[in-house]
Amino acid sequence: MRAILEKSNRLLDEPLDMAPRGLLVLATLCLLGAYLFPLWNLTMFAPQYPDGLRMDIYSYKLDGGNKGQDVKEINVLNHYIGMHDLRADDFTEFKWIPFVVGIMGLLFLRAAVLGKMAHVVDVLVLYVYFGLFSLWSFGYKMYSYGHNLSPTASVRVDPFMPPLFGYKKLANFEVYSYPQAGSYALGLAAVLLAASAFVAWRQVRSARAA
Amino acid sequence: MSQKNRGILTWGVLAAVVVAGVLAGRCAPSAPKGRKAPAAASDIAVAAQKTYVAPGDLDEYYLFSSGGHSGQVYVYGVPSMRHLSTIPVYTPYPATGYGFDDESKAMLGNLTWGDAHHPALSETAGDYDGRWLFINDMNGRIARIDLRDFKTKQILGPIPNVSGNHGSSFVTPNTEYALMASRFSIPIPKGSYAPIDKYAEAYRGVLCAIRIDPKSGEMSPAWQILTPPFDWDLGDSGKLASDGWMFWTCYNSERATGKLEVTASQRDRDYIAAVDWKAAEKAVAEGKADTIGGIKVLDPKKVPGIIWLMPCGKSPHGVDVSPDGKYVIGSGKLQGVTTAFNFEKIQTAIRNKDFAGDEEGIPVLKYESIKDAEVPVGLGPLHTQFGPDGWAYTSLFVDSAIAKWKLGTWEVVDKIPVSYSVGHLCAAEGDTVSPDGKYLISLNKLSHGRHLSVGPSQPESSQLIDISEEKMKLLFDAFTEPEPHYAQMIKADKLHPIEVYAKEDNKNPLAIWDVKDAGVTRNGNEVLAKVVLVRSTITPQAIEVQQGDTVKVAITNIEQTTDELHGWGLLDYNINIVCDPGETKVVTFKADKPGVYPYYCTNFCSALHQEMQGYLIVKPRA
Repeated sequence: MRAILEKSNRLLDEPLDMAPRGLLVLATLCLLGAYLFPLWNLTMFAPQYPDGLRMDIYSYKLDGGNKGQDVKEINVLNHYIGMHDLRADDFTEFKWIPFVVGIMGLLFLRAAVLGKMAHVVDVLVLYVYFGLFSLWSFGYKMYSYGHNLSPTASVRVDPFMPPLFGYKKLANFEVYSYPQAGSYALGLAAVLLAASAFVAWRQVRSARAA
Repeated sequence: MSQKNRGILTWGVLAAVVVAGVLAGRCAPSAPKGRKAPAAASDIAVAAQKTYVAPGDLDEYYLFSSGGHSGQVYVYGVPSMRHLSTIPVYTPYPATGYGFDDESKAMLGNLTWGDAHHPALSETAGDYDGRWLFINDMNGRIARIDLRDFKTKQILGPIPNVSGNHGSSFVTPNTEYALMASRFSIPIPKGSYAPIDKYAEAYRGVLCAIRIDPKSGEMSPAWQILTPPFDWDLGDSGKLASDGWMFWTCYNSERATGKLEVTASQRDRDYIAAVDWKAAEKAVAEGKADTIGGIKVLDPKKVPGIIWLMPCGKSPHGVDVSPDGKYVIGSGKLQGVTTAFNFEKIQTAIRNKDFAGDEEGIPVLKYESIKDAEVPVGLGPLHTQFGPDGWAYTSLFVDSAIAKWKLGTWEVVDKIPVSYSVGHLCAAEGDTVSPDGKYLISLNKLSHGRHLSVGPSQPESSQLIDISEEKMKLLFDAFTEPEPHYAQMIKADKLHPIEVYAKEDNKNPLAIWDVKDAGVTRNGNEVLAKVVLVRSTITPQAIEVQQGDTVKVAITNIEQTTDELHGWGLLDYNINIVCDPGETKVVTFKADKPGVYPYYCTNFCSALHQEMQGYLIVKPRA
C-alpha cells in the first residue's frame, strides 16, 4: 500500500515536459469558445413553423433565432401550457458559468507554469466535475421548466422532460437539442487536459525505463 | 304511273334535293368562319406547364392591377395569376380594417369610393425601383402605396381645378412627378358657375403635375397648365431621348357638349399634347404662373414655349413612349392604324415653328412633319406596350386582338385574338426603358362564356399571353376583380416587403408593449383605452365608460411573429380594426348607446382565438 502511495506521490511530483505544458495552454485557449460560441441549441419545428423556432444557449445569455423573436414565440406558445417564460435572469448559470470557466483558465495556466503532474491531475478532476455539474444543472433546469406548470393553464399537459440531447416529439413539435461549438470547445479542453496528463505519464514512464 | 310521269317525278325530286342543298349551304354557320381552330393538346400541355406554380413555389412577377371603381388595387402573381392580396386605397375594406381607424378614415376624407385606373410604379432612371405604387382616382386624387408594407400611405386631393382625373398617374423617369389631367372640363376654380352653352369659353381643361419627394415619396401639388376645354384622356412621360417631356391625349377638341359620341367625333383629328415640363418648372420658378384655386397655373397664352399640340387620329385613347424614348405611339381609337410620332421630328418642328395653326395660343404641329409611320395594326388600337429588341404590342378593342409589331421597320408580324374587347395591356416591365418581354396581360372588358356563369354581373378577364417566342401564345384566363383598367408588372426580386412592423419602428405615441400598461384613463368626458392584443387575450377585458363619453381606443398588436394579425371588432358600433404584428391603430367614437357591447378578435389567430374577447360597458346617463 505504502509502496503504491509513494509511487503515485513520486509520479505526482514529476515536473512536466514542454509538450504537456503546451497542451495545457491549448486547453486554456479552448475555454475561450465558451464565451464566443453557443453551448447548446434547441430547434423546434411544427407545420406552421416550417423554418423552425431556434434558441441558442450561450454561457451567459439566451439568443433566439429571427433576431430574438423565436424565444418570444416559444414563450407565447409555452404560456398556453402554463410554463414559465424563458428569461435570462432566471438562469443563475449565466452568472457562475462564465466566472468558473475563467477560474478554470487561470488554473490551467497555473498548472502550465508550475508544471507538476499533480497540477494537471487537479485541474482535470476539477474540470470534469465542473462539466458534469453544468450538465446536471442544465438538465435540472429543463426538468423544472417541464414540470412546474401552472395549474390554471388553458391547456393541461402532463409534466414532461424536454430533450437534453437528440430528438423528441412534443405535441405538434419536433424538438432537436444538440451541443454547439462552445460545448465542443469545452469538451476539447477536457480532451487536451487528459492528453496532457497522458503524455506526461508516458514521458515519465519512458524516462524511468531508460 | 306512266313512264313519262315517273321521269318528271324523278327530275322533281332531284331538283328539290339540289334546291335544298343550295339552301342548306346558305344557312349561317354555327361558328364564325374566321374562328381559329381550337388549341392542340400539346399547346395546352405547354401552357399548363408554363403557368403552373407548384404549391409552396413562388411566382416570378408581381402584377398590380387597378380595381377601377372598386377603388382598390389587386395584387396577382404571374404566371400563376393567383390573387395574392388586395390593397385598399379609395374604399373602406373591412378585411384589413381600412377606413375604420382614425388615420385611414381621415385619409379617405368624406369619399367612400374612388375610380382607380392607372397604377404607376416608381422609377429610377426609367426603370422600376420597387419603392412605391401611385394610382389615380377620378375624383381628382392620387394615392401612394408603399411597397415595403403594401399599404396606402397618402391620398392627395381632391386637387383644385382638376375634374375627372383620368390621365394619371404615369410618373416621370426619376419619379420627379406624377401626372394628372381633367377629363371633364369645368369652369375653374372648382365651384365656379357657368351655363353649359358657355362651354367653349368658360370651361377649362387642366393638365397637372404632382411633385414627389424623392426620399419620402410624399406628394404635393406642383403646377398646372390651362387648356381649352378638351377632354384629356391618357398620358405618359417621356424617357431617355424624350426625358423632360409629358404627353397627354385628348378627345373632343371640338369643344362640343351634349351627345359627345356624335358631337365630339366631327373632326378628323384630335390631339396629343406635348409638354416640356422642365420649361414649365422654370416658368413657375420665375413667377410666371397665376394662382387659381390655390395652385400655380400656367396660361399658354401668356407663357409660350411650354405646350404644343400634335394632331392625332380622332378620339385617341392611350399615348405610349417607346423604351428608348424616340417614339410616341398614339392613334384614333376607331382607326385601323396606329401612328408612331418621331420625337426628334417633334423637336425640329418646334424649333422651326413648323405649325399648322394654334388652339387658343397653343401651337399645333403638322401631322405630316412629325409622324414616322402609320402601322396597320388592326381595328381599334388603344394602347401599346413594349418588349425587348424593339417589339411593340398594341391592343385592338374593336378587333378583340393584340398585334405584335416592330419599331423602326413598322412591320406587323403577329396577331392573337383575345376574349374579348381588350382595353389596356400590360407587358412585364413593359413601359420602362428595359422591358423584359416574357409575359403580356390582356385586360379585357368582356368575358362572357369563358367562365362558369355567375349571373348578369360578369367578371372582367385578364388573359396571360406568352411573348417569349416569335408567335404570341395564350396561356391562361384569369378573372380579375373589377375593374382592371391598367396594370403594372414588376420582377418579384425587386420588392423586399417587411413581414412584421418592428417594435422599434413603431412611433405611435399611444403604442404600449406590455399588458401591464394596458388600461383605461379618463380626462373629463374623454376616455382613453390603451389596448394590447396578443395571443390569446385582449387586455383590458372590459372598458367601462359613461354614455356620451368620447372614447379613444389605441390598439397595439404586440406580436412580432409573421402572420399573427389580430382584430378588434366592436359590435353594434360599426368599428372594425385589424392590427398587423407590431402595429398600433387608434379609433375614436362617441359612446352614445348605453348597454354592453362585446369586442373580440376578428382575425383568426390561435387555438384559443374564440376566447379573445371583452366588453365595452356603457353606463347610461343618470
